Amino acid sequence: MANQHHPTPMLDELENGPWPSFISGIKRLRDDHPDDRIKNVTNDLLGQLEHSYETRKGYWKGGTVSVFGYGSGIIPRFSEVSKAFPESREFHTVRVQPPAGNFYSTAMLRQLGDSWEKYGSGLITFHGQTGNAMFIGVNTTNTQGFFDEINEYGWDLGGAGPCVRTGMSCVGAARCEQSCTNEQRAHRTLLNRFTDDVHRPSLPYKFKFKVSGCPNDCVNAIERSDFAVIGTWRDEIKIDQEEVKNFVAEYGRDKVHLDVINRCPSKCMTLNEDNTLHIEDSNCVRCMHCINVMTKALSPGDDKGVSILVGGKRTLKIGDLMGTVIVPFMKLETEEDYQGLVELAENIIDFWAENGLEHERCGEMIERIGLVNFLKGMGLEADPNMVNHPRQSSYIRMDDYDEAAENYLRQKMEQRQAAAG
Amino acid sequence: MSQPAMRPPIESGCPDGFQYMHPVMRRNFGAWKYHEHPRPGVLLHVSEFGEKIWTVKAGTQRILDVFTLRKLCDIGDEYADGYVRFTIRSNIEYMIDAEEKVEPLINALEEAGFIVGGTRNSVSMISHTQGWLHCDIPGTDASGVVKAMMDELIDEFRNHNMPNRVHITTSCCQINCGGQGDIAINVQHTKPPKINHDLVANVCERPSVVARCPVAAIRPALVNGKPSLEVDEKKCICCGACYPPCPPMQINDAEHTKFAIWVGGNHSNARGKPTFQKLVASGIPNNPPRWPEATAIVKRILKVYQEDGQDWERINDWIERIGWPAFFEKTGLPFTRYHIENWRGARNTLNASTHIRF
Repeated sequence: MANQHHPTPMLDELENGPWPSFISGIKRLRDDHPDDRIKNVTNDLLGQLEHSYETRKGYWKGGTVSVFGYGSGIIPRFSEVSKAFPESREFHTVRVQPPAGNFYSTAMLRQLGDSWEKYGSGLITFHGQTGNAMFIGVNTTNTQGFFDEINEYGWDLGGAGPCVRTGMSCVGAARCEQSCTNEQRAHRTLLNRFTDDVHRPSLPYKFKFKVSGCPNDCVNAIERSDFAVIGTWRDEIKIDQEEVKNFVAEYGRDKVHLDVINRCPSKCMTLNEDNTLHIEDSNCVRCMHCINVMTKALSPGDDKGVSILVGGKRTLKIGDLMGTVIVPFMKLETEEDYQGLVELAENIIDFWAENGLEHERCGEMIERIGLVNFLKGMGLEADPNMVNHPRQSSYIRMDDYDEAAENYLRQKMEQRQAAAG
Repeated sequence: MSQPAMRPPIESGCPDGFQYMHPVMRRNFGAWKYHEHPRPGVLLHVSEFGEKIWTVKAGTQRILDVFTLRKLCDIGDEYADGYVRFTIRSNIEYMIDAEEKVEPLINALEEAGFIVGGTRNSVSMISHTQGWLHCDIPGTDASGVVKAMMDELIDEFRNHNMPNRVHITTSCCQINCGGQGDIAINVQHTKPPKINHDLVANVCERPSVVARCPVAAIRPALVNGKPSLEVDEKKCICCGACYPPCPPMQINDAEHTKFAIWVGGNHSNARGKPTFQKLVASGIPNNPPRWPEATAIVKRILKVYQEDGQDWERINDWIERIGWPAFFEKTGLPFTRYHIENWRGARNTLNASTHIRF
């Protein structure tokens, strides 16, 4: 028999209005689900949530829950007000790693939903801010059963705590002409190299990989990940001049100047008298704006690869940080290229595990020790693409300046020779 | 109850995405040529081989119950081809291989109560955090704030009325899991934590809590003969960073936990480099169940941006063009001493020039 419903006058207000209501959804589980367990759990969940709305406080506490063999992947939640709301006393979230780009078949979503209904509350979010499929609300006993069931048909847990976290990738080459890399392969190669570090937290703090196929960075990789892989290209933007003319014919020269030419951050574009476009590619910063506007006329070049930025994060502890360029460009096509990407990630994680303080993100460590010391640890050479501008302060010792300058010039010469074949 | 059998996990990690892609996407992987926007909520992508795929995007309540999930699947099976994906703002996207499937799919989604839109220069779904529903440290309920706000922004989701796309985020604490947004509605605490000294010694690992404070305002202390922690309330910036590792240092307060609104966060490299959001309003009441004060300010900012922004300007681009004084003037929001940065790098945020608009 289902319990008597808790009154929810405040939550009821969130059933008004045209946007779909999560409260109505939870109530459907409470009222219509055939399983009394789910009815009772969601009833008490609504009761506790209403209590939060009334008192403006949260009443969940963390703890330690995992599945056999893993140290992470479950976000434990125990109610502080379980006397009043006993059925949702244990209400853990199971974090499940989605495929890169968040693709699902409806058949798979149904299968996941069916498994979840057997063990959990029936509430799911696609996806949490880190990128996990979030199965919200399961008690400690049922956690293992749910995991065992979905693990048998191909799903694994994501990270939680000081470990490598679930990655995130844009829709990418699967459906976007702006994609400059194989996000599926980059994402999966990186994440599945670190499966052990996802499941067994033993790092200073969290470490996130994100892959965006182009500099539009639709998964917010630069700001939201410790290791951002951003697709780019180094040859010329491809121009279909007939489509340029069509675009100018449709919108007029003035509008093309306003929306495209004048918005180019490096002023590398000219609209010719004959309504064709000239781009000074050597000065193009690959910002994507013109390609975003003229989707038929312009597209990324053919010599594609990725830029790597390291150290992005949110507020805690020292304030927000964007990632920093540490590899301006690398090809990502052959097995060796991917191996190089993985080795770079391994080196970074090893160095950070060694040198990071407890609860210190990779970007915070770089802030503390300086980019130069980090590059030294990685065996990477300084590159002017890593900075907005050279140093402004004269407070530095220049002991080995001559040697560094010689190295730089020698490397440049070697690169020119290599390029010349 | 019997213990579950100890089954070793299969450490399969991230699954292969290709098995869940629409066959047209699999066939044309890496070979897309261009895209168009036939109407709000719909994208058309055309491949080098001439194949086409239409995408219909819809907003949902994000916290899905299995009934809603199955309804979304039913629609996918009947009107689409059984393949979906989710955007990072939790919108669902159906991919279909024929134009005549678009209209019936849109109708089915709208009839079932989902909202088609969120493409191009619309206000997309607000990305949000867990809140009172599930988080252990929340100052508010992001799901509720977002539901109440999207009720009022629904026309902006359904249409392309903005100069460029608008990404709104919310966060239930100052850690800001919601991230950067063109507009961000985030909890801002305004009073130091209230410490339950009876519990600190047993619950908190004191040295890590001391280390967690961004301004070194926490120190170990003996209180009533028990080992505890004390906060230098003059130094304390009320960020709440001590609360997750030490729950007896309660930062949330029914009255003093407020909202602040930030604008101009932009992750894209398009035009300018990615930008962080900037504070524009604070002291906004955390007022469940519908938070009307926060919504009113967001709508006010959106209205001015819509009227004043030029095509393709994101909110940060727009403000960079008109200047911050004009932003405060046009929105009518007060500029105070609290808007002036005093954190690391503060000096770089000051105007060291005579570039002043009169």
